[in-house]
Amino acid sequence: MSTSETKSLSTSEIDRSCCIPLLALFGGAALWLLAGSVLGLLASIKFHAPDFLADCPWLTYGRLQPAADDALLYGFCLPAGLGVVLWVLARLSQKPLSGAIVPIFAANLWHLGVLVGLVGIFIGDSTGFPWLEFPRGGSVPIFFAYLLIALWAMMIFAGRRERALYPSHWFLVAALFWFPWIYSTANLFLVAWPVRGVGQTVIGWWFANNLTLVWMGLTGLGVVFYFLPKLSGRPLQSHYLALFVFWTFILFGTWCGIPAGAPVPAWLPTISTVAAAWLIVPLIILVVMTWRTVGFITSECLAGGSYSFIRLGLGFFRLSLLLLIIMACPHFGRVTNFTWFGTADMQLRLYGFFAMTMFGAIYYLLPRVVGIEFPFPKLVRVHFWLSLAGIVLLVLPLLVGGVVQGLKLQNPDIAFAESTRSMLPFLRISTTGLLLIVLGNLLFFANIMVLTVLWKFALAKKLIAFVKSPLDETGSAYASLPRDKEVGA
Amino acid sequence: MKNGLLVFLASLIALGGSWCGFVLAPVMQLGGQKQTTVLNTSDLYPLGRPGMANQGLQVYRANGCAACHTEQVQQSGVACDVVLTGAGKNPAAVTNVISTLKLNRIDKDAADAAVDQINAAGGKAEIHIVPLGPDIARGWGLRRSVAEDFLYDDPVQPGSVRIGPDLAGVGTRLPDANWQLVHLYAPRSEVKDSAMPPFRYLFRVKKIKIGAQPSPDALIFPKGSEPPTGNEVVPTEEAQELAAYLLSLHADVPLYDAPFTQAAVSKP
Repeated sequence: MSTSETKSLSTSEIDRSCCIPLLALFGGAALWLLAGSVLGLLASIKFHAPDFLADCPWLTYGRLQPAADDALLYGFCLPAGLGVVLWVLARLSQKPLSGAIVPIFAANLWHLGVLVGLVGIFIGDSTGFPWLEFPRGGSVPIFFAYLLIALWAMMIFAGRRERALYPSHWFLVAALFWFPWIYSTANLFLVAWPVRGVGQTVIGWWFANNLTLVWMGLTGLGVVFYFLPKLSGRPLQSHYLALFVFWTFILFGTWCGIPAGAPVPAWLPTISTVAAAWLIVPLIILVVMTWRTVGFITSECLAGGSYSFIRLGLGFFRLSLLLLIIMACPHFGRVTNFTWFGTADMQLRLYGFFAMTMFGAIYYLLPRVVGIEFPFPKLVRVHFWLSLAGIVLLVLPLLVGGVVQGLKLQNPDIAFAESTRSMLPFLRISTTGLLLIVLGNLLFFANIMVLTVLWKFALAKKLIAFVKSPLDETGSAYASLPRDKEVGA
Repeated sequence: MKNGLLVFLASLIALGGSWCGFVLAPVMQLGGQKQTTVLNTSDLYPLGRPGMANQGLQVYRANGCAACHTEQVQQSGVACDVVLTGAGKNPAAVTNVISTLKLNRIDKDAADAAVDQINAAGGKAEIHIVPLGPDIARGWGLRRSVAEDFLYDDPVQPGSVRIGPDLAGVGTRLPDANWQLVHLYAPRSEVKDSAMPPFRYLFRVKKIKIGAQPSPDALIFPKGSEPPTGNEVVPTEEAQELAAYLLSLHADVPLYDAPFTQAAVSKP
């Protein structure tokens, strides 16, 4: 047996060791992704018909929109991210995942927590803090499920064969331990023992920024830096630049999020504005890194496979950082404050950057992990184009509309109702974009679900074969039990 | 960098910095925040919302009103108006002086100079502080929102998007409880083209029994949008609490860190 065979065998072993935990994380995530985008679509329809579903208290806009956002963030982004991180760390460490029962349990606990949290929002139990709406019944299981998965990921990390660290390690390990910190802080200071007055608001903004910018940025970039060289066949240029992005991003990114003009002591928004402006440094380095590693946009970027998803995700991340910096400029920020512009940037970061990156990673790793090809490989390409078109149609009109709305809000001679009315055509296009995203998510969901069903069938077949097989001469039935390795080969 | 521990410690410091800055420091600065006094008086501010309004804040939270409404008035700056309070013995001289001066929306130095000139001519004048900005011009508030306005709120609901108008001063702007309730029940009967969804589930439509008096709580609708005859719309407790909360939103007293002169604003 040559060395390369030993290596490929062990790689497949590592992949297969993640199978059930990853199926548990991704299966639920795909469901929440679909549910979240459908809820978002319903919420969006209300702008065109305010009476739509108005008699049902569960489905009033103020509950539907946070539920849609949280289903996307907590239902999809976090578990999908955790699953991909587990796999990337296992691959980098060259170690199979052991004790899979714990992450499997944690994945189910997580999805249960999301369900309880969403029901909580629907029945009016939301905490009232953006991106932290889940009541205790949802946030406590989520927190402990995260701890368990992070602990397992850290064990894989600690047991790595190669001691030297790859850039992805920094990003992923920092992200792994940052979430429990910010989530516990926010829940303790805002929900369990709420602090007084606007201290709540400051902590709420700090949390929301550190989750949606820093955690997602670190996790997403860690995954991108792993996949970009792997899929393009070119080494990452360079590790030092990646380190520089890492330090500048956490140094400045963690201090963003407090909007200018907020009713809080003035030093807080001032720091945030300065920090956001400094994000230009990691942004520029990131552009240089991408250019030196994979060059300009080529036809490969639009082929519709994993590489396309990840390239596009990285592109949208840079765009979203740029928008964040622009919003921090005082003159422009005054116009875009309180408009759809900020919402558009957030959607770009959630769908455009993070979800796209995770789609790319999952489409690459899941067939290897399960040992079965995707049942509808052509739908991956369709999903790519639907997502791309959907995100552009969702975000671009909201960006343009946000500026139009902001200019009208800044002019007191224009009635307020006029600023709302001027948004309607833009909202109509973005609703269409959401519809495309829903369709794309449906395809993703179908691929994952059918793959899971096929895997269960294969498992059942193995089991039946095992039960039916006659005892051989040695008296052991185990000899005929097919091994994972053979099936996976 | 080969050491995992080093990465851990370094990111601990980098990430923990923002925790100290944006969690610990604000809690220390704002956690012990006390009532302040209304500018130039000894009245305490804020006084806390009445119990029913506090309940209403929970209805506001539960229904996610902050998804569309902010409660933070912005202010782009402050200007001074010089207001003549007495013409003195020689009105003609004062009028002469005034005709050469710009008296409205000027800075503090120009205002001081103008007052000096008017005083020299024998007149009396005082300076009024006028907050500026589109939100103030829209009548959403008399000054910018400050930390004190939210002292007793839990959860604080500042909002981040203006799909609907700002509500920081809605209790001053629209102080009629019936208007608020009708607007919640059927927004477009009060505001044409409103994009707000109706909150009919906070109300009960009842048949008025023959010969019985209508309920004292029943909504009084504007002409053309009444419920069918023989029916009345009665707010639930939640709706009444929400309306009480909305009426309690009036951050409209001058404070040390957000001053304005009340008389100046009462002018049309």
